[in-house]
Amino acid sequence: MTNIMTSLSAKWRLPPAWTPYVLLSPFIVLFFAFGLFPLLFSLYLSFHSWEPSAGLGSMQYVGLSNFTFSLQDEWFWKSLKNTFWLAAASGIPQHLVAIPLACFIHAAIKRSRNLVVGLYFMPYITSTVAIAIMFTALFSTNFGIINLTIKELAQLPILGSILPQHPIDWTNNSDTIKPAIAIVIFWRYVGFNIVLYMAALQTIPADLYEAARMDGAGRLQQFWHITLPSLRPIMYFGVTLSVIGGLQLFEEPFILTMGNGGSDQAGMTAAVYLYRMAFDFNDFGAASAMSWLLFAVVAALTWLTHRVFHMRNSPT
Amino acid sequence: MDVGDAEDMAQGPVHEQPRSPLRRSLLVSLLASLVTGACRGAGAQDRKTLVVAAFPAVDEIVNAAIPEWKRRHPDVDIKLISRQYADHHTAMTTALSTRTYLPDVMALEVHYVGGFTRTGALDDLRQPPYNFEADSKRFVPYAVAQVTGPHGELTAVPTDIGPGTLLYRTDILAKAGVKEADLTRSWESYVDAGIKIKAATGAFLIPNAHNIKEIVIRGGIKPGEGMYFDGEGHALVESPRFYRAFELARAVRQHELDAKVLAWTSDWAEGFKRGSLATDMSGAWAAGHLATWLAPNTAGLWRATQLPEGTYAAWGGTYFAIPKAANPANKALAWEFIRMMTEEPTMQLAAFKEQNAFPALTETYSDPFFEQPIPFLGGERARELWRDAAMHIKPVRVHKQDDFAEEVVNGELDKVMEKGKDIGEALRDANRLLQIRASR
Repeated sequence: MTNIMTSLSAKWRLPPAWTPYVLLSPFIVLFFAFGLFPLLFSLYLSFHSWEPSAGLGSMQYVGLSNFTFSLQDEWFWKSLKNTFWLAAASGIPQHLVAIPLACFIHAAIKRSRNLVVGLYFMPYITSTVAIAIMFTALFSTNFGIINLTIKELAQLPILGSILPQHPIDWTNNSDTIKPAIAIVIFWRYVGFNIVLYMAALQTIPADLYEAARMDGAGRLQQFWHITLPSLRPIMYFGVTLSVIGGLQLFEEPFILTMGNGGSDQAGMTAAVYLYRMAFDFNDFGAASAMSWLLFAVVAALTWLTHRVFHMRNSPT
Repeated sequence: MDVGDAEDMAQGPVHEQPRSPLRRSLLVSLLASLVTGACRGAGAQDRKTLVVAAFPAVDEIVNAAIPEWKRRHPDVDIKLISRQYADHHTAMTTALSTRTYLPDVMALEVHYVGGFTRTGALDDLRQPPYNFEADSKRFVPYAVAQVTGPHGELTAVPTDIGPGTLLYRTDILAKAGVKEADLTRSWESYVDAGIKIKAATGAFLIPNAHNIKEIVIRGGIKPGEGMYFDGEGHALVESPRFYRAFELARAVRQHELDAKVLAWTSDWAEGFKRGSLATDMSGAWAAGHLATWLAPNTAGLWRATQLPEGTYAAWGGTYFAIPKAANPANKALAWEFIRMMTEEPTMQLAAFKEQNAFPALTETYSDPFFEQPIPFLGGERARELWRDAAMHIKPVRVHKQDDFAEEVVNGELDKVMEKGKDIGEALRDANRLLQIRASR
């Protein structure tokens, strides 16, 4: 019996050269099926016109016309403008708040630090849909807590002259939908950036601060001349993530605007628009072309971010 | 059998063949699986399964019909695949495009069925074995026209429709001294009534100014024209009906007569519950929603009447269709199922009574149920109104860019109402965008 087993195992033994590929195969199969194939298919689709419900056979080669249409489409440019606005309005404050806040938590909170960081991190791990639904209720025009608070504050003597007297139509007005979305995104990702910067802060040697203190440097000088330069690599990482994430914004604006981008498409990001081009307006070819144009923009801005940080780093 | 059992048996009586108990148990289980497999195979030869894909509340209607189907076809099971409205239609688009996981019967909302008709993804029901052409006359004409292709092909069977009426709160109208005729005489008198209602009670006339635009642009559509495009694909957005719709909507917003809420949002539902909405233009099903979950506390206070200025419009509607690439072996059964759901008055009336699905089959309209008073509407015989509206609604040509057009027009109306953009300029801008898109 043992002999049979041995001969069988010898017969079926994997050649050593194959082992890595076999072990990697689950990932490779999934990557090809759900990663590479859709990517290449969307590239193929971007050169075709396709009426999806008529089947795959109805594809027609149209050359670059999907790209030229997209580049001339007012809504595509409008959605790109919205995307940049939202990426900047939600991304920049994330870092401007996360860096000092991380420094404060790092320096001032010792015993309950993990709890505080955990609380800030909580929105990041909460389901986007749950967050968007909660904010939809908060932003409700007539019954939302945000408008009710503004209404109460408007009764006060000084604030009354600054705050609006009518309830703000947060998610249906083209002027307020973008700030509303930016608030949600900021709230969601600021905790993630705090964790990033906290991790980086822990790697800065304490003797640098000691030496600075002995030389008479104040807290602000220590922050400016030691903390900030030391955080530069993680800032590059964090900003790159914000640029990529900001340009691919989808879930929050999609749910807050009930899937249509809101009044005057003011909350429609490029990712929402290309989804809608495919599934609402049935134009999969143009949607694919737009996704590749968006990819070009993301790649260009990532490269630019790299250049900016590289230029700053080069003298050191 | 666990390992302990196997060990006990291995130490059993010696007169038995020295056979491995593990091997024996494997043999037994193999034999058992062969037997059960064979039984299942024999059963599978006799049994058939009809796959029906639907969305709420059509799924409930199909579910309720299964016992009757099983009575007629004990050997044919119904497998009901139910998804949410948007997910269902995305799944159907994917299934049609890839020709995989296609159901035998597809429920489709009117909004989507036009697109599928145009692309030829559905069976032409005029052809054998369906031969639906003669029976199509038994349905509300506008509902059949919506699924009639360019060459006369019929791609789906209507099952329910949404003839629209105006619902209004009698108590709020009484406080403001407004009569039903003030609401319906003309669109202008409707807006004037809204001003009186707002001044006297503080209640809004309608949920959103867009609602009035939606209906006014339906008035005066010429035969063969669509809502936004004519038969040749030219945009119609600069026509007088759009000017009038925009002016009326702007007047509603300027006088603060709309609650600025969108349908199906919590603000919208609260508006009905708290009595801050005096009227609502909606499909026949709306009274059912109000009665059951939106505002049951307002029972007896609502009434229905025809839309202002003798306008007739539909809000939604459902069809059953058979995908061209569906399993050919099941098509005859699929057709029988569709006929049972749509051509049998008892089934149509059951869906109306249980789910407020207004029948598309006209022979149900003589049923005494239509004359019965509706308690939620203060005993009004509103089903007669909906029946009348259903027979007056005109078919509207569907264009593949209708969804885009609606959104462009909505965006321009927002600019007119919020930013004071000139109506002529707004409609010119919309027309230009639609003209570019029409050729795609």
